[in-house]
Amino acid sequence: MRSFYKIPFFHRLDIKHFSRFERQVNGDNIFKLVGILSASSILLLLGLMIYELINGSWLSIQAFGLNFIFGTKWDPAILQVFGALPLIFGTIVTSAIALIIGVPISIGVGLALSEYMPRKFGFAISFLVELLAAVPSVIYGLWGIFILIPFLRDYVYSYLQTFFGFIPIFSGPIYGGGVLTGGIVLAIMIIPTVSAVMRDLFSAVPNSQREAIIALGATKWETVKIVISYVRSGIIGAVILGLGRAVGETMAITMVIGNKFQVCPSSLFDAWYTMSAIIANELLEATYDLYVSALMNVALVLLFVTLMINILSRLIVWRVLMLVRGLARE
Amino acid sequence: MSKINCYKFRIIKDYIARFLVYLSLTLALIPIISILYEVVQRSVFVINLDFFINSAPTVGEKGGGIANAIQGTLITISLASIIGTPIGLMSGVFLSEYSEYKLSLIVRFFSDVLSGIPSIVIGVFAYALIVRSIGFSVIAAAFALAIIMIPIITRTTEEALKIVPLSLREAAIALGVPRWKTVIAIVLRSARKAVTTGILLSIARIAGESAPILVTMGYWRWWFEGLDRPVANLALNVFVFAMSPFENWIALAWGSAFLLILLVLWISIAVRVLTKGRY
Repeated sequence: MRSFYKIPFFHRLDIKHFSRFERQVNGDNIFKLVGILSASSILLLLGLMIYELINGSWLSIQAFGLNFIFGTKWDPAILQVFGALPLIFGTIVTSAIALIIGVPISIGVGLALSEYMPRKFGFAISFLVELLAAVPSVIYGLWGIFILIPFLRDYVYSYLQTFFGFIPIFSGPIYGGGVLTGGIVLAIMIIPTVSAVMRDLFSAVPNSQREAIIALGATKWETVKIVISYVRSGIIGAVILGLGRAVGETMAITMVIGNKFQVCPSSLFDAWYTMSAIIANELLEATYDLYVSALMNVALVLLFVTLMINILSRLIVWRVLMLVRGLARE
Repeated sequence: MSKINCYKFRIIKDYIARFLVYLSLTLALIPIISILYEVVQRSVFVINLDFFINSAPTVGEKGGGIANAIQGTLITISLASIIGTPIGLMSGVFLSEYSEYKLSLIVRFFSDVLSGIPSIVIGVFAYALIVRSIGFSVIAAAFALAIIMIPIITRTTEEALKIVPLSLREAAIALGVPRWKTVIAIVLRSARKAVTTGILLSIARIAGESAPILVTMGYWRWWFEGLDRPVANLALNVFVFAMSPFENWIALAWGSAFLLILLVLWISIAVRVLTKGRY
């Protein structure tokens, strides 16, 4: 109190303080404006990306229209005709293989981390799994070329052919690299992403569910089945999320798939091409505008597909997590 | 009798399920262990002084190193961080501190969507926007990498700031501290470890990106020559050297991969240490 009266009167009138107050309000406004600008720059970048890719592929859209998507010829040298259907098929098939192999393993990993492993041990394991997600894709490619391909060629594919060779997709010459190898590398790459989401989903299931079924005398597996069914639609979201990653993966798949443009490979061991791989391989070698434009058109298709996949999966995972956490709170 | 059999059957099913779960965990861990082992084992022979002071070899040249690639990677990453970090940080702050705006809901969703867009598409975007006007350059590559960084930093910053207890903000506001000072001096300060974590994670991610580098700079064998020229890159070196037919180039690919893995490992461990006690 005493110190208050030591302050000279005109200071107590607080003109200065008042003006500082004004200034602070301005600081707040500027800060908020900077925040709004940075946040909306994300939207701006997305919009600009869509615009630039449409703009860049306009030549190709004008020249081929829908034939670009349904065409099966990619001949930059002589006919200058571009059709991306085989590339789209290549992407779909490799991603499908990745999901068929990767999703069951991811569910297993998610269950192991959230249900089966003790917490302390799970910590170290989930560190390794997250490390798998952090390894650059080009290193997967390097590892694929020098370790995975020789291993698969010598120990897996030859046996696969001996036992299942009567099925057309397992016949034909074995090079090592090819569709199946690409799918396997993609599977390895999506496992950490998908299993991290799985773990979060399973951990979000309220304990009361587990306790209820354990009280009825259920085994661990029966408990786990309840846990899985509780977040069933979230699992679909996680799978679609993995699909998004598999579809867009570039360097690793370029290094192992063999990069051969053909409508349909003779078997799963044959070389093929994907949308992402053709952009990486040919964009720098494209010599005329229509060629560049066709590659940008491929990028546009890829962008569109991944946008759809991402929006769908995010919506599903969000809804389920909200729902589950909301129920848990009640 | 049948009840007992049924019980046995359930137990057997339980064992099978347990076996399958651990089998899938093992299958998932084999690649990472194999990658770590092979990268270390195959790069010990190349990593010496020459490796760090020489630049990339020409065709037929013996030896060679990756000094120019290290320089180029550092330049590209710094430039990308200079562009990407402030934007990502401020959007993260906006999402967490100004969540009363509708905009933050939309931005949160689309930053997730942006982080799911393949890096090659982002590279083609930078190609269309920058390379076609000023040519293959560090700027184009840094722009592409910054776009990859922004959503990562945004989301991790947001998560980090949300953990800061509301009472800290209320205390600051009760003292008459303006909102922006509260955010910078108190909220960001108390969450600085987690925010640093996010930035580190994004750097680890862009250090290994090679697809956008490939379409914005291409392979470059020389040293840094200016911001409107390309530079060399470690991750792209791995790609180019691995696809080459020369023994010493392939050895260099493993060496570069070793450096990248080391960076990723170091950052992952740093992240674990920084966030210790939170998980």
